[in-house]
Amino acid sequence: MPQIVCENLSLGYGGEVVVSGLSFSVSAGMYLCIVGENGAGKTTLMKTILGLRSPLKGSIVFGDGLRQREIGYLSQQTEVQRDFPASVREIVLSGCQGRMGFRPFYRTEEKELAARNMERMGIAELAERCYRDLSGGQQQRVLLARALCATQKLLLLDEPTAGLDPEVTADMYRVIHDLHQSGVTILMITHDVTEALPYATHILHLGGRVFWGTRNEYMREEEERR
Amino acid sequence: MEALFVKLQLYLAYPFVRYALIVGVLIALCSSLLGVTLVLRRFSFIGDGLSHVAFGALAVATVVGVSNKMTIVLPITIFAAVLMLRAGKNAIIKGDAAIAMISVASLAFGYLLLHIFAPPVNLSGDVCSTLFGATSILTLTRDEMWISVVLSVLMLGIFIFFYHKIFAVAFDEDFARAVGTNAGLYNLMLAFVVAVVIVLAMNLVGALLISAFVIFPALSAMRLFRNFFAVTVCSAALSVFCALFGILVAVLAGTPVGATVVAIDVAAFLLCSGAGRLKSIA
Repeated sequence: MPQIVCENLSLGYGGEVVVSGLSFSVSAGMYLCIVGENGAGKTTLMKTILGLRSPLKGSIVFGDGLRQREIGYLSQQTEVQRDFPASVREIVLSGCQGRMGFRPFYRTEEKELAARNMERMGIAELAERCYRDLSGGQQQRVLLARALCATQKLLLLDEPTAGLDPEVTADMYRVIHDLHQSGVTILMITHDVTEALPYATHILHLGGRVFWGTRNEYMREEEERR
Repeated sequence: MEALFVKLQLYLAYPFVRYALIVGVLIALCSSLLGVTLVLRRFSFIGDGLSHVAFGALAVATVVGVSNKMTIVLPITIFAAVLMLRAGKNAIIKGDAAIAMISVASLAFGYLLLHIFAPPVNLSGDVCSTLFGATSILTLTRDEMWISVVLSVLMLGIFIFFYHKIFAVAFDEDFARAVGTNAGLYNLMLAFVVAVVIVLAMNLVGALLISAFVIFPALSAMRLFRNFFAVTVCSAALSVFCALFGILVAVLAGTPVGATVVAIDVAAFLLCSGAGRLKSIA
């Protein structure tokens, strides 16, 4: 049973349909790259999977023990975050929100989980530092640690390397690769097909030409198009 | 110096001076806590907009002639707050324009209503004290103080109980919603609490000066501290100190309460900016 099954999805906003008739499924252990031009509906698809907006048509079903709320989400940086006074620890801890319900304060095990994930992302010594003073790569690691607090199973990454320099980008892909190796399913939006391709197991291409399949099929098809 | 203390003691013997101190401190505390969230979420202007709405509502209440004006002012202001916070997201008219529109319209309509219908005994005096706060603090009654105390404690309780959610939604609303936090509910609650604090504060500092209570302590605290908890605590402490100091000065010097406190808030901001700059150089 796959973790996510999308069937005959139509997506759009403001009365305009961007994607229609999209079907694909995500199983445990996949490393799925979602590629396509700007405005092809990549981020819209992601928000729909997260339940932040509803599809125009079609359905998304979660299975294999995954619930919608248990998806770890790495969003693109917002204007607000750029000068937000918050320590790394505060931000990582906020990833535990999902398991709190109406309980007002964090428990010890949640604080430990946050500490473990900071350790895992190699940012433990930055715990008391202010988020806005960190480098772009460090900030992404903080947000990854937060996403890991929300999930054991599946990470959704929205352009995790946007605005990072080449060296840090390569480093980021290694971190994501390691997470994939440790058993986390990866769903990643990216512009940068060539960088991400070596790691991916599956590709979903949105836009003019819709493609859904394994990486090898995708590369074969790219060869033929040339 | 000693004469000053004697004078202060004399004033403090009056219950209405004590009421003013209590209410002033509570309002300062509540508005500064809210201020941190509002400033960070780019809603600094909402306090200003809402206070204009509250002025309009007060005019309506005066014209209608109800005995307890709160029964009209509070619901209208809460409604406007919900409208404004919603407008930020997906409206035809964008956030800041919507706030500006609603606020000047209520200001104009309020003044117009008063002019046409209210008994013109001391119109300009009334309007002036609604806009800039009471010139003396004689206006607070015991009942008003108790209403302020109850609402403030309620608001404090809500803030502490939902502190971590407020942080999560302010820092990253999409992420918070993705993990199942009901951000819509918290935004609604925020609107509600902001409206209540604005209405409470209007009696003391006046409609035009409330914004200063909301934004200055938060901005000052952000110059000094770099994590959310410290900023929140510092903002609250600073605001309470400025209010206390300001009210005492106003009592002793006979200056208008609202304007005095705001002047001290501004001075505190300048000091904090300087200290923050020194800290970052060191």
